[in-house]
Amino acid sequence: MSLLISLISGALFGTGLYLSGMTDTTKVQGWLDVFGNWDPTLAFVMGGAIIPMTIAWRLTRVARRPVSGGQFPPAPMPEIDRRLVIGSVLFGMGWGLAGLCPGPAIASLSFGGVSGIVFVAAMAGGMLLAPGVKARLDRAVPAE
Amino acid sequence: MQPDWIMGLIGGLLIGLGGAVLLLGNGRIMGASGIIGGLVDGSGFGDKWDRVVFLAGVFLMPLLAMPFVGTPETNATGNWVILIAAGLLVGLGTRIANGCTSGHGVCGISRFSFRGIIATVFYILAGGLSMVLFRHILGVI
Repeated sequence: MSLLISLISGALFGTGLYLSGMTDTTKVQGWLDVFGNWDPTLAFVMGGAIIPMTIAWRLTRVARRPVSGGQFPPAPMPEIDRRLVIGSVLFGMGWGLAGLCPGPAIASLSFGGVSGIVFVAAMAGGMLLAPGVKARLDRAVPAE
Repeated sequence: MQPDWIMGLIGGLLIGLGGAVLLLGNGRIMGASGIIGGLVDGSGFGDKWDRVVFLAGVFLMPLLAMPFVGTPETNATGNWVILIAAGLLVGLGTRIANGCTSGHGVCGISRFSFRGIIATVFYILAGGLSMVLFRHILGVI
C-alpha cells in the first residue's frame, strides 16, 4: 500500500515539475535574476503547490493516522541553527549557478542529456560529503 | 500551450497534490533531497523501496507525458565545471540544511514551519546572490 502511495506521489510531483516549467533552468535562473529579465513563473508554482499542502497539513489534525499506518510527522522544530542557514546558503548558490534543484534534476534526467547526468552525479557526491562537513561545522563552534 | 504562469500554477497544484498524497497516505514529508539523500548515503535504506518508486514516478512521468506535451528543453549549461560545482553545492547544502525547495519550501511553508521559512529565505537570497556574482559580475553563466 505504501509503495503505491509513494509511486502516485512521485508521479504527481514529476508531472507537476514538468508541466510547470521548473525543469527549464532558464525559468529558475530567470526568477532568481531580479536584476536581469525577471521571470515570475516560480512564484506561481510555489503558490500553487502550497495550496493543497496547507489543506493536507490541516487534515493531519482530523485524520488519526496516515492511510498506510504509522504516524504523521512530529511538529517542526522551532530553533534555527548554523546547519540550516549555512546549508541553505550553499544550496542556493548551487541552485542559481545551474538552475537546478534536486526534484527537477531527477524529473529532467530522461531528456536533460549529459548535463543532467553530470549534475545529478555531482549532487550525489555532495550528499556523500555532507556528514563530514556537518561534523566540522558542529566542532567549529561547540554547541552550547 | 497556456501562458507560463497558468502552466506554473497547474504544475504547482500537482506538486502540492503529490506532497499531500505522501503526507496523508504515508505520513511522510515530500522532500526531494531527503528522499534521494537517504538512498545515496544509505541512511534511508529502512524504506528504500518507497524512495525508489517515488523517484521512479518523478523520472518516468515526464517521459510518458512527452508524446502529448512535447519534449521540453532544460537549457542547462554544457559546462562541466559549472555543473559539477553546482551539483556539489546543491547536494552538500540540501543535506546540511536537511531540505530543499520541496521539503523546506513547499512542505515547510505550508505548515508555517519557522525553519522552513528561514531556509527558503536564505536559499532564495543566496540564489539571487549567485546570479549577481556569476552572471552580472563574473559573466560565467
